Order: sequence, then C-alpha cells, then structure tokens
Amino acid sequence: MDIILQQLVNGLSLGSVYGLIAIGYTMVYGIIGMINFAHGDVYMVSAYITAVAIALLSFFGIESFPVIIFGTLIFTIFVTGVYGWVIERIAYRPLRGSSRLSILISAIGMSLILQNYVQLSQGAKQQGVPTLLSGAIRFDIGDGFVQITYMKLFILFASFIGMAALTYIIQKTKLGRMCRATQQDPKMASILGINTDKIISTVFVIGATMAALAGVLVTLDYGGFDFYVGFIIGIKAFTAAVLGGIGSLPGAMLGGIILGLSEALFAGLVSSDYKDVFSFSLLVVILIFRPSGLLGKPEVEKV
Amino acid sequence: MSQESILKVDNLVMHFGGIKALNDVNFEIKRGTVSALIGPNGAGKTTVFNCLTGFYKATGGNIMLNANGKATSVIQVLGESFQFSDYFNPVAFIKRLKYKMFGGSHLVNRAGLARTFQNIRLFKEMSVVENLLVAQHMRVNRSMFAGILKTKGFKKSEDEALERAFYWLGVVDLKESANRLAGELSYGQQRRLEIARAMCTNPEIVCLDEPAAGLNPSETEALTKMIRILRDEHNTTVLLIEHDMGMVMNISDYIVVLDHGEVIAKGGPDDIKSNPKVIAAYLGAEEGEEVTL
Amino acid sequence: MSQAATGIDIKKSAIDSVLAGLIALVVFGPIVGLVLDGFAFNAEPKRLFAIVAVVMVGRFLASWFFQSTKGRDFLYKHTSKDEGVHVLAPGHKSKLKWIIPLTILIAFAVPFIASKYVLTVVILGLIYVLLGLGLNIVVGLAGLLDLGFVGFYAIGAYGLALGYEHLGLGFWSMLPIAAIVAAIFGAILGFPVLRMHGDYLAIVTLGFGEIIRLVLTNWTDLTHGPNGMNAPLPTFFGLEFKRRASEGHVPFHEFFGLSYSSAYKYIFIYLVLLLVVLGVLYVKKRLTQMPIGRAWEALREDEIACRSLGLNHVLVKLSAFMIGASTGGLAGVFFATYQGFVNPSSFTFFESALILAIVVLGGMGSTLGVVIAAFVLTVAPELLREFADYRVLAFGILMVLMMIWKPRGLVRMTRIGVSAREGNVK
Repeated sequence: MDIILQQLVNGLSLGSVYGLIAIGYTMVYGIIGMINFAHGDVYMVSAYITAVAIALLSFFGIESFPVIIFGTLIFTIFVTGVYGWVIERIAYRPLRGSSRLSILISAIGMSLILQNYVQLSQGAKQQGVPTLLSGAIRFDIGDGFVQITYMKLFILFASFIGMAALTYIIQKTKLGRMCRATQQDPKMASILGINTDKIISTVFVIGATMAALAGVLVTLDYGGFDFYVGFIIGIKAFTAAVLGGIGSLPGAMLGGIILGLSEALFAGLVSSDYKDVFSFSLLVVILIFRPSGLLGKPEVEKV
Repeated sequence: MSQESILKVDNLVMHFGGIKALNDVNFEIKRGTVSALIGPNGAGKTTVFNCLTGFYKATGGNIMLNANGKATSVIQVLGESFQFSDYFNPVAFIKRLKYKMFGGSHLVNRAGLARTFQNIRLFKEMSVVENLLVAQHMRVNRSMFAGILKTKGFKKSEDEALERAFYWLGVVDLKESANRLAGELSYGQQRRLEIARAMCTNPEIVCLDEPAAGLNPSETEALTKMIRILRDEHNTTVLLIEHDMGMVMNISDYIVVLDHGEVIAKGGPDDIKSNPKVIAAYLGAEEGEEVTL
Repeated sequence: MSQAATGIDIKKSAIDSVLAGLIALVVFGPIVGLVLDGFAFNAEPKRLFAIVAVVMVGRFLASWFFQSTKGRDFLYKHTSKDEGVHVLAPGHKSKLKWIIPLTILIAFAVPFIASKYVLTVVILGLIYVLLGLGLNIVVGLAGLLDLGFVGFYAIGAYGLALGYEHLGLGFWSMLPIAAIVAAIFGAILGFPVLRMHGDYLAIVTLGFGEIIRLVLTNWTDLTHGPNGMNAPLPTFFGLEFKRRASEGHVPFHEFFGLSYSSAYKYIFIYLVLLLVVLGVLYVKKRLTQMPIGRAWEALREDEIACRSLGLNHVLVKLSAFMIGASTGGLAGVFFATYQGFVNPSSFTFFESALILAIVVLGGMGSTLGVVIAAFVLTVAPELLREFADYRVLAFGILMVLMMIWKPRGLVRMTRIGVSAREGNVK
C-alpha cells in the first residue's frame, strides 16, 4: 500500500515533467506537423545550463536559496530559449516546404550535433549539481510511510505555474491567438498579415523554455546528468504527447501525468529494469489502437 | 446497351465532426453510360466521390458496386467496427476482422472502380511508363523469385504490361513522352496520363474528378473524344465531376445534381437544363422566386 | 532597399555579423566557455572567443556574399530545387560498364594483397555496405524512415551468438535463420505500425530499437547482459579456423598443411561476405525493375494514388520493411562472427544514425552512392583516429547540410528508359 502511494507521488512529479517537455513536441507538431527530434536534446542542454548557472551563482557568492532558484530558472530559460530559436533557424527554416522525410532527417542530424557538441565541450563524464532543497514531509501509513520531498512539491508547484502561464499566453494573448491561427491554417494566417515564420520561431522558443523549466526541476531533484539524458526522456515525453493527442496542449499535460503515474507504478510493482521497455511499448500500443490520443482530433486524410 | 446498374448509392450520409457534408444521397449509374455529378461549389460532389472510391468511410447508407461479375459493398470492404452480434457469429466476425486488417480503398479498385484526382496525383519522380506499370501491379507476375531470376513467365508478363501501357499512351496521345518523368509533363498531359493510369487497372467504371479543369478548349475537346472512346470501345462506364457545363451537356447520358449534400435532380441533359430547382441552385434564387433561363 | 539591390551594404553585413556574434555568445557561452568541474567550473575563454569569432566572420562573409550578384545567383540556383532524377534513353549502355567486373575482380584480390589490419577495416566497410543497402530499401525506395534499424542488426548478431550457445547451431545454419527471424520481427513490428503516418513510424521504430537493446541488456539469464556473448566463426566445409579445433574437428591450417595464421579466418569471412554483398547488390538491382520495387517507389511518391490503383499499401510497405530487416539481420551475423563476440553496447541509436547517414550521403535509392558512402563513413574514421571524437558531430552536420543542399544525396538516381512499341490490350 505504502509502495503504491509512494510511487503515485513520484509518478505525479515525474509526469508533470514529462508534460512540460511534451508541450514542446505537441506545439511544434501542431504548427508545422513535424516531430522536433532534437527536443529531447534541448532538454539535455538545459540540464547543463542549470549546472553552469548554479556554479556561476555560487562563484559570485550568492547563497540565498530563492535567489539561486530564480536566478537559475531565468538564466536557463533564457539561454535554452535562444537554443530553440537557433535550432529552428539552422535546421528547420531552410527546409520549409521540403519533404517530411528531409525535415525529419535534418532534425535527427540536429539531435546528433547537440549531443556530440555538449559531449565534446563538457566531457563525457556524469555531471552533477549540489542539493539545494532537502527535507520531506512524512506520512505514516500502517507499518510503512510515504514521504514527499520538498523538491517534489516544488516540481509540482513550478510545473503547474509553467503550464498555467502557457495556457494563459495561448488562450488570452494576441500572440497566442496568432499561434492558434497559424496552427489552423498557415497560408490563411500569412495572408492576414501574420508573419508565420516568426510564429513558428516563437513556438520553438516556447517549447524550449518549457523543456528548460523541466531541465532545471529534474536536475535539481536528481542531481546527476550526462549528455545522453535527453534521448530517453525525449522519447518518453513524445509518448506523453501522443498519449494525450498530439497537437493538443491539455493533452500533453494529461498524457505526461498518465505516463508518469503508470511508469512509476510499473517500476514499483513489476520491474524497474524494464520500465523504459514499458513506456516504449505503451507508445506502440497507443499508436495502434488510438493514434489520435486521448484529447486529439482524428486526422482526416486530404484526398 | 444493357440497362443494369453498375453502381447504386442508397441513403448515403457523411458527417465530419458536426458538419453534415452529405445528407441522404441516392442515385444509380447504368452500365455503359457517361454520367456526370454536378452542383455548385461545396455541394459535396468530391465527398461523394471519396465515399464511392473508398477514401472516406461513409457515416451511413449503402454503396453497391456491381462489377467484375460480383456485387461489392464499398463500405464493408473498408472495414467496419465490430457489431455485438459478431461475437456470436464466428463467420461474420472473421469476415469483419479480415476487412479490418486487410481492407481499404485498394479493394474498391480491385472490385473494378478506378478514379482520378482533382489535384493530380502522379508518381512525379517516376517515368511516364512506370506510372502505368505501377497501375498494373495486380495483373503482372509479382513473384519475388521469378523477378530476381528473370524467368520466362516474368519477362512475358512484363512485356504484356508494357504493351498495355503503350496502348493507353497511344489513346491519350503521350507516346512521345513515354520516357519522360511524369512531373515534367504539362498540366494537360498530366491530366491525360492520370486517366490512362486509371484505365490500366482495367476498371469497369472510372470516376474522373474534374478532368477538364485547367484545360484549354481544344484540350477539352480532345478529352471529350477520349471519354467517348472509353465508353464505346472499352465498354467502360464513366462517372465525372465537372464544372464545364458545355462539356457535361455534350457527353453525358445521365446527370445527377447535388446541392447542400442532397440530390436535387437527376435525369438526362435536357431534363436538367430545364429543371427549375437546378437553375435556382446555380443562380442562387430566393425561395419561391421564379427563374427562367 | 534600392541600395541593397544595386551594391553591397557593408553596414548591413556588419550588423548581421554582430547579431550573430551576440547569439553565439549566449549559445556557446555557458556550454563551451564554462566547463563544469564538480560543482564549480573552469572558464575556457579562448575556445569561446575563437568560436564566436568564427561565427562572426562567417556570418559577415555570408551576408556579404549573398548580397553580391554571384551570391544571389548561387542562392537562386539552390532554392529552385530542380535537381532530380532523370530517365536514361532506351537501350542506354554506360561507357563505364567495364568498371563493374574490374571492381569485383579487385575486390576478390583484396585479401591476398592487403595486410590483416586493412582486411579487418574492409570487412567492417562491407558490413556497413550491407546495412546501408538494407536501410536504403526501406528509406530510399519505400520512403519509410526506420530509426530502429540497429534492432534488426542486433537480432542478427545475437541470433548467431544465442543459436550457438543455446541450440548449438553454427554460422552456416544461423545465416539464413537470422535473416528470416529478422524479417519476422520486421513483420510483427511493421504490420500494426505501417498503416500510420510516416513520422510516427520513425519514433516507433526508434522505440523498438531501444526495446531490443534494453531487453538484451537486462535479460541476463539469456544474454549475459552487458558482459556479452561469444559468437562462433564460420567453418570451411567443416574445417575450423581456430588454432586448435574442438573435438572431432580438424583445423583449417592443419588440413592444408599450412602454419596457423589468424588472417585465414578474416580472409574467409571476407570472401563469404563479399559474395553475400554481391548477391544483395544484384537482388537490389533486380528489385527496382520488378513490380514490387516499382510499387515501393510509387508508395514513396504518393500513397493515396497507390491505393486508388489497387495496391495494398500496408502489405507493400511491409515487404520493403521485411526485406530491409532481413538484410540487417545478415549484416548482424557477419558482425558477430567477425568480432567473435557481441554485447549490447554495439547496438545503440548512434549505430542507427550512422547507417542513416550512409543512406543520406549516398543518395536515397542509389546503390552506388550507398556503397561509396558506407566505405567513406566507416573507413575514414579509422584513418583519422585523432578526429574520432568528432565523428558523430560530423554525421550530424552532414545530415543537416545534405538535407538543405542536396536532399537526394550525392549520387543521383537514374531511371531506365524503355523503347517505344505498338501497344495493344489483350
């Protein structure tokens, strides 16, 4: 019982992180209909930037916890956002109008570039950040107990804020309206005076900032990371996006949480060695039986 | 000319989400005729076509294709969802499972119905002849071993396929372009090639989606002649969507008029020309107002 | 605007350059300029400024070049993507026809001239030719992006090792079995997946490749996990290539009265592999002129049109997927016997990416291109050992650049023309 509850708590925080990264996949897919293959690696880059930011702040003698957290968040989100913009500019924009296969291959190329470039500049070894926030709330249940670390609570809180802010931007602001219009019909949107190239760039930047938020949170929680972390988490976040219905924002968040919970339960109850196999199999199963996901609209084929 | 029907559409309904694109469409096409499906823009003509050819799975109704010596239900071969009763009837269950796994619009073509597309869909980076050879995929020797070992049977089958391809190239006047890439052809040539390609599948009925769109008057005239050849020399039934009223009235034996997803008139060209409902639909007359041509 | 049209606006180039420099500073600053060291960092300003300077100069020159008439011509030429395939005249005979038998002759002579080291490199090159050909059928001809191709490679390699350890089967029995097993796996994976949208296929196959690797790593009872397994050598009509043969067998060198040399086994593997590669090359060439090969290409061009012509798109894709997979399985068997040992770390996503890079560089669908690219991409890193770390970076850059400038690869595909005839219908 306590194992299940504990795993539910872990799964919820893991799932909200998946949801944050899935947003990047789902928004880019919604707007240009392609899988941004390098998105997982953007997350990986943000983990490195988080560590650099923390090291920089401590180098300048800053020790107050809120300042470090906010400094790191702002720095990481900004730099990762620029990464998102640059990646779109280099690997995707020149290929607008090319075949899907070309765009996908270019995206894979970008993913390899990011991984190898980080490996070459930072070394292949595992890196880490110091523990900034320790302690936990403990609930006794029967013979066992469930503990919720403050860090997990912070993850839930911060991802909630991030998702709420994004929902506000997309639903209420002019920028969001332009994004939605471009998603519906890029040609018409550009006729109406929307600079679709700019909107596509913006979507990449938004995706990157959400991945950066996830990167900061996970890095602070787990401590360790290397240049390969983006790969697995990228596929899982993509699974979350598909599970929720690709192209749908609430779907990405919902899909993330469902995936996080089911994966944590699987790891706790069945086998943690095979939890990645479980997630990948889940992806295949969803695509076979419900390719439009939970909240997505079924695709109507244009003949 | 026999008067049995080759295609029968009953109560066809098609919804996209909440939008009702087709509302109870009924018509019948007689074998060996040239028929036209006309109507104002947005009337649902292409939707009817896509349902007939199996690219959309109709929401309701029935489409029976009576070709190649058997009756085929177009909606069934696309694979329907399981019904409760199927779980007690293994034969029906297996049949439905078969169509669910292997069904699809290709079966409609194999049942004897070919089509062209409004926005031309050729294999642009393959040569003109290859386009026609692909269309004969179901008729040639597809054995992997025969092909790799270049057996006699394989060579003969390929030869026949080439003969057939060149025959149709002759009909559509593209023999000189046989070795060009399909994507390099002019617009009118591409339209003709698409018709030839559809004919290479040896259909009994061919559905042409706006074949004259974008053609100049002399090309349109050549097309009219070609359609007559299809009907008279190859005994092929032709169903077309067309906006060029001159051409439609010229070649059609039978016309179905569609408006707002419903059939508002059907009959011979002369009946249609004088039908007040049709005129109202095209000229957008108010309810009750008399319009004459 | 008029100024830009007539002459070169240096000011614009300078602004472009400074902006690019600023962006480069933000992008490279934290990663290249500050290297993590425990919880602290070491500053590497030299490296950083070198990169930023390169970006600035590069951007300045590019901006300058594209404002000039020559640059605009260049840009125009490359934006109007006219380069494509072309059809050969009927009865076309290449003037270079004699090159093929000559190459085959040289290829058969290689093991008797080359040193053992060169021979091992060439064997590796041929294994990648096989992998490249297999993936080229799937990606180049059928237009299906398979990112889990390494999974089939792993099935082949582990098939040999597992068959040897658990079933006592040798190289010769496992060679066809592995190809068939890989094809069956391809069918099981492909059948449900191939009716989906192309991009989903990429990610599902990627997941599949990872599943295979994770299972191989974690199922220690069967595969010994990360420790790997031994794979047997091929035998020559029952003669073994070991120094001392197992019971009841005679080693190859003793039978022929030669002194033992480990080069014999490589020579033998090489010759068998060469024959298999030649066979696959021939089959591939035939396939493109057969109904099934034409159907693959038609499917790549337009799936909807294919369905309207009566082709079952799922089964046609499946056949490409299975043939590609079985070629990957064959390559795996050779890889295992060549190394004498397999472990899961040989089958990571990087391997899939390398095979994809071979196909992309060589040209989608082009056989010659793939053969050349396979050798370039596998042999070059061997020769340039000091740049080995940059290999993956180079592949990545190569993929992006190729997709921007030459998405069809370096070697263009040609189509065979047919001579005109009367034509009739039966």
